[in-house]
Amino acid sequence: MTEYYRQYLAVAVLIGAALVMVGGMLGLGSLIRPRRPQPQKYITYEAGSDPVGTFGQSNVRYYVYALLFVMFDVEAVFIFPWAVRVEELGVQALVSMIAFIVLLALGLLYAWRKGVLRWA
Amino acid sequence: MSVLATLALDIGWGSTLAIKTILVLAIIPFGALVLGYTFLLKMMSHMQSRLGPMDPGGFHGWFQLVGDGLKFMQKEDIMPAEADRRVFAMAPAVIVMSTFLIFLVIPAGPRTVVEDLDVGVFYALAVSSLSVIGVLMAGWASSNKFALLGALRAAGQLIAYELPLLLAVVGVVIQAGTMSLQGIVTAQQDGSIFGITAIGNPFIFTQFIGFALFLVAAQAELTQPPFDMPVAESELISGYMVEYSGFRFLFFFIGEFGTAFAFAALAATLFLGGWAIPGVHGATAELLGPFVLFVKLMAVAFLMFWVRFTYPRLREDQLQSLAWKVLIPIGLINIVATGILKVAVG
Repeated sequence: MTEYYRQYLAVAVLIGAALVMVGGMLGLGSLIRPRRPQPQKYITYEAGSDPVGTFGQSNVRYYVYALLFVMFDVEAVFIFPWAVRVEELGVQALVSMIAFIVLLALGLLYAWRKGVLRWA
Repeated sequence: MSVLATLALDIGWGSTLAIKTILVLAIIPFGALVLGYTFLLKMMSHMQSRLGPMDPGGFHGWFQLVGDGLKFMQKEDIMPAEADRRVFAMAPAVIVMSTFLIFLVIPAGPRTVVEDLDVGVFYALAVSSLSVIGVLMAGWASSNKFALLGALRAAGQLIAYELPLLLAVVGVVIQAGTMSLQGIVTAQQDGSIFGITAIGNPFIFTQFIGFALFLVAAQAELTQPPFDMPVAESELISGYMVEYSGFRFLFFFIGEFGTAFAFAALAATLFLGGWAIPGVHGATAELLGPFVLFVKLMAVAFLMFWVRFTYPRLREDQLQSLAWKVLIPIGLINIVATGILKVAVG
């Protein structure tokens, strides 16, 4: 088994460990905790009053922020490989990276000027 | 013969992995309890003159956490009738899973690490953001207005502060020339400041801006005050956790404080030299490593909780503009400055 697969296996084992802990604690708890079902207990909790209507609205701002996030997250993915080898790659790569960052910063500036970052 | 040798090696590796997994299983509740007890109960009680957590059991309220545990144990398991049952049950598991995966790469000694991945710090930040999925699952599956609002706020906050966190780390990666956390520790241990090697080169001196960015962003990622709008108890009655009770609620607690422990350890590793003491190598370093890391991470955690107990909650729009208008531009400038210095000075 190569190093490569070992690392994936370690990730899988830790995921398994997390599930074992969650399952184990819930299983252990089911031996101790009481169970007295009453229909009132299973009503959606709204601070004591009866729930009103169903929820169908959320702020559209979150969607715009999500789009901005995708742009910058991809940028970060491109920056990391360069960051590891800054010294070897030297001046040319540095200049390219600065150009790349400035272009993206201009994008942020544009969104800022357009009022996207202003809340409602 | 060589096949047999490989096999023997594999078995050795397998049992090592098993021991390491058990250690991680022990460390996460331990870390959550240590932070919960030291900071959440005792430090907060002292700082805010809270009498309750100082009372149970007599001396300094040592029984409080045991009592909390017993309370969670005997709570009935309630799932709202309207809930999406399978997603509702899976959400806490996803959050705990993300906490477990961070511990894969955190080193506590020259060889005391589950797997020293080449992409270490990048991996840690990637899996830490998996908790967003758990939060959204919890909020959606609860079919509760407050839970959904809280989950949306949490998602908006976690993705906004994911970026300053990533950008803060890039400066460290540029200086160390590697993403492996062991490599970053070694770079700090063997480094020098103005030719003086006595304390190595903890990156907190050269990357202080990065350190500050990292702490602010980590605070927001943990949804701790002053960034706790997603769980704001006075507006959203605990947000996405509102429908959870008993052990299922406890998983959110373990996830939050386990991740706080992991982020404190990450900050200590990235900026304070991790497990290393300059000049200490070999078996001694192996022995001292976990304790050194623990002291450093408790110092970082103290800072984080100090802020938590001191500042009032921000408003939702202030939160977003702090990330996008202040932290991200500073992070970008920091990267450019570090890159120029690295190429020019070396």
